[in-house]
Amino acid sequence: MGNALIDGLFVFMLAGFIGFEVIKRISPLLHTPLMSITNALDAIAVVGAIVLVGRNESRPAHIMGILAIIAATSNIVGGFLITDRMVKMFKSSRPTKS
Amino acid sequence: MTTFFGSPAFIGIIYLIASALFILALKWMNAPPTARRGILAGEIGMVLAIGGTILQLGVEGKLEHISIDYTWIFIALGIGTAIGVPLGLVQMTAVPQRTALSHAFGAFCVTLVGTAEYYLGTSTIPAFKMSVLCVEVILGGLTVTGSLMAAGKLQEVLPQRPITYKGQNFVNLALLASTAVIAIYLVHNPGATHLYPVMVGIALIVGVMLVIPIGGADMPTVISLLNSYAGLSAAAMGFVLNNKLLIVAGALDGSSGFILSVIMSKAMNRSFTNVVFGAFGQVAASAAGAQEARPVKSASPEEAAGILAAASRVVVVPGYGMAVAQAQHKVRELYDALTKRGVDVRFAIHPVAGRMPGHMNVLLAEADVPYDRLIEMDDINGDFPQTDVSLIIGANDVTNPAAKTDKSSPIYGMPVLDVEKSHTVMVIKRSMNPGFAGIDNPLYYMDQTLMLFGDAKVFVGNIVKELTHS
Repeated sequence: MGNALIDGLFVFMLAGFIGFEVIKRISPLLHTPLMSITNALDAIAVVGAIVLVGRNESRPAHIMGILAIIAATSNIVGGFLITDRMVKMFKSSRPTKS
Repeated sequence: MTTFFGSPAFIGIIYLIASALFILALKWMNAPPTARRGILAGEIGMVLAIGGTILQLGVEGKLEHISIDYTWIFIALGIGTAIGVPLGLVQMTAVPQRTALSHAFGAFCVTLVGTAEYYLGTSTIPAFKMSVLCVEVILGGLTVTGSLMAAGKLQEVLPQRPITYKGQNFVNLALLASTAVIAIYLVHNPGATHLYPVMVGIALIVGVMLVIPIGGADMPTVISLLNSYAGLSAAAMGFVLNNKLLIVAGALDGSSGFILSVIMSKAMNRSFTNVVFGAFGQVAASAAGAQEARPVKSASPEEAAGILAAASRVVVVPGYGMAVAQAQHKVRELYDALTKRGVDVRFAIHPVAGRMPGHMNVLLAEADVPYDRLIEMDDINGDFPQTDVSLIIGANDVTNPAAKTDKSSPIYGMPVLDVEKSHTVMVIKRSMNPGFAGIDNPLYYMDQTLMLFGDAKVFVGNIVKELTHS
């Protein structure tokens, strides 16, 4: 457990710094789509729920897992869909201006 | 090959690739031309991770001789998709409440998985795993109810006014402290199953209590903060399951929400704690009232159209009022009509205009305003002295010059748009009633200011009519 904890903390720290540097550079224009895409990515928690449902170790865990998959999947599908819709709307005036 | 597929190394590589794709997704989100590539990277990473997980589950099932319940996995994925599609197709004006709702869903998933993990392990859970599990479900639990409250306020099914009472901060802190105490006890005695629901229950109550005192103007900060909590709870879940992909995704989401909350707090000149623990509305109520019935100048749509047509540089300042009046499409028509006449029209976007970070940009982009015309506060503030007309549509506090001069103002110190430096200021407003926060705006009584009374959508429509027919 000790090693896994340290490994995990390393990953967490590095990902936190990368996230900080990458997200700092994101134009404020796109802050709303940024929030919706991080929301979709965050729903990767669905993999935990999938294991829970697949292994079906107890009835309550099974039901909780099913609800968790539903909630996370709706975030994945809805999150990517709305981010794409928003990003598509951003058009520059330069190419069309004659 | 069969030994490689589904082995820990295989799933590890899949998760590694997915992590890289998630980071690239955010990297490409930095500007509109590459943003769609970013979405694609995120989608591929997601599909790989889910596919790999299901594959590995099957192999593990064979090795351990347990049957894997694929049926319910796919049924749940199907139902989730069926719910997700309409949530992905909501109107752009409803994006803030949709976002709050999705924070609730994400946290709901994390809290459920954490709870299931707890009851599957109970007394055998090692101390470290139990402590991150407690972090996971406490943060997850309060994000679920907090986000639902925020979504309810934004959807206006709950009262939007901040609700405050004496000793509110004390109650909140006491509740939070009690979850921490129970968590510490559970870490040492994970078998105390009767205490677990108490801890989650209190976390759920804390979420409600934290958002009750939040008013509409604070929503951008609160949504960002909840975003950060949702990310951190997912990262904690990664520690519980020893899943590095989850840790990465949670850390990315957590830092994103954190950065956005910092930007939002700075844009309101308020600290985190001030947003979370101090209600806005009550302070302001006393500040209004004192200065009533000062003379203002008003103008008709015809006069406004004449002034705009004669200008060479116009800056439009949109605010939440524009979203409420659904005026963004009329504003685009105004932009087109003026641009056709050779007027340089730009939009000044305050970071906290609207109800979530970037709200105004999305609304105006939806109305087909080119994004290179949307200028951030810091980049446009220097240009106001050379601006002929500033047209304020549904914005109030973000243009209030009292924030710079009046130390007694509740918004003193908040960075604002320097609209009063432009030659003429026009403000579209329903009436002289103070806005949501109830703070008087001295801008309205200045010599160069013209008040345009009416509904934003109708008024802008009338200006456009004048411009196109004359």
